[in-house]
Amino acid sequence: MKMLMKGTEAIAEAAVRAGCRLYFGYPITPQSELTEYMAKRMPEVKGTFLQSESEVATVNMLYGAACTGRKVMTSTSSPGFSLMQEGISYMAGAELPAVFINVMRGGPGLGDIQPSQSDYFQSTKGGGHGDYRMIVLAPHTLQEAAGMMNEAFELAFKYRMLVTILVDGMIGQMMEPVELPKWTKPEEFAEPDWALTGANGRKPRKVTSFDLDPYELEKMNLRYQETYKKVAQNEVKYEEFKIEDAEITVVAYGTTARIVKTVVDYARKSGIKVGLFRPITLWPFPYDRLSEISKNVKNILTVEMSYGQMLEDVKLAVLGKSNVHFYGRSAGVVPTPVEILDSIKKIVR
Amino acid sequence: MIKSIVIAGFGGQGVMLMGKIIAEAAMFDGLNVTWLPSYGPEMRGGTANCTVIIGDEPIGSPVVDSPDVVIAMNIPSMMKFEEILKKDGTILLNSSVIDRAPSRKDLKVYKIDANKIADTIGNAKILNMVTLGAFAKATGFIKIEAIGKALEETFANRNKKLVDLNLQAVENGMKLVTD
Repeated sequence: MKMLMKGTEAIAEAAVRAGCRLYFGYPITPQSELTEYMAKRMPEVKGTFLQSESEVATVNMLYGAACTGRKVMTSTSSPGFSLMQEGISYMAGAELPAVFINVMRGGPGLGDIQPSQSDYFQSTKGGGHGDYRMIVLAPHTLQEAAGMMNEAFELAFKYRMLVTILVDGMIGQMMEPVELPKWTKPEEFAEPDWALTGANGRKPRKVTSFDLDPYELEKMNLRYQETYKKVAQNEVKYEEFKIEDAEITVVAYGTTARIVKTVVDYARKSGIKVGLFRPITLWPFPYDRLSEISKNVKNILTVEMSYGQMLEDVKLAVLGKSNVHFYGRSAGVVPTPVEILDSIKKIVR
Repeated sequence: MIKSIVIAGFGGQGVMLMGKIIAEAAMFDGLNVTWLPSYGPEMRGGTANCTVIIGDEPIGSPVVDSPDVVIAMNIPSMMKFEEILKKDGTILLNSSVIDRAPSRKDLKVYKIDANKIADTIGNAKILNMVTLGAFAKATGFIKIEAIGKALEETFANRNKKLVDLNLQAVENGMKLVTD
């Protein structure tokens, strides 16, 4: 049965159903309802909810808990995500699985609480130090966000990687009917063979991001790179919407992609054939497919709620095969369908 | 077909809940819906609004350029949103608070003396449900059965009397719209 839910609550309940029983967090708008939901929900499912004193503490609680091989998560918003970056880098180095939800704020610094997509660089290029990657998923509806939670944990454990679900205040705060995902069976979740669960009766295990010997540390780094290569080969996801006959293809993700779907219909009614290419994984970015598409379309327009962050990946994929244009709003200003349509008209005319 | 509604007023007039009940009722009628709040550092007495979209096809943008219907609960909301209303659009006004007419002449206007009717029923807070009733009747977007179900869902863990009171307010609001 479908339920009318807020995005933050749908994501939280989906995480519980995916088997997450350890949540650490610190409230920050526009995602505080997620933390609040977990505070109420975790005791009901015999899980643990822990509100830390800061996001720096949150990420280190997550680090410790992830070492035990359980499904752990946190949720935050831009400034909080920035505070977590040191711990994220450590966790990536220690090859720990965990899920982060970042409900982005607008602008650098404090940022306002309205929808924005200005943490693309931070999420996909490594906001922390070192040669690491994290998988970044970008849902565009509440249903898709809820459905992604289980997948996020599966990817995290399959590759021993961090996964971020990157959304904005629109997906966090709006309500939409959601069919909640099915419960996963905890008994089907095998304890990983690296988990630190107490060495009683077995050899000790070690989870670390560091080796004093540079040659050994390089081996670890090469292993991470092997993993990232596999992820880039196997886990790229995207959606194509009416691109077959498009004279201009818009590239957008998350909330913006959703708005563009309406633009595609508006434009087609006024005789302009517009298509949408929507990356679902922001890392790994769908370079190959977008490269293919750019061979057959003259103009590509990237639309973001930022001043052009994904734009750089789009240009890398296109490599001059078609003209790349950009339209963006930021600081919590959401572009309207007509506004985007106007920017398309300027290009095709 | 996709229909969009903007509901705006003072914080405390129940505009967010009104939007939620409209969205939920439409969902129970089998339609797609989105409910998008304006939010920011809001306070009681400040202005608030939400956008509800109802459709029998998938809803893309939850943001609208020009809504089909505006429900304005105070003067600033009327002035702000009548400008963007679709041509020949519908506007419902809380005439207990709004003592003037919209400046546009192409609009279909419904004046609802919501505060007074709410007082007559015996609870000042249900002015939003009176307005919602008038909206349901004026637009035909949602049905009374679905509104009842949405109210039951919303007040699930509360006193049953609360559902009845709200439903009574909705019915009274519906009676105000005759054509």
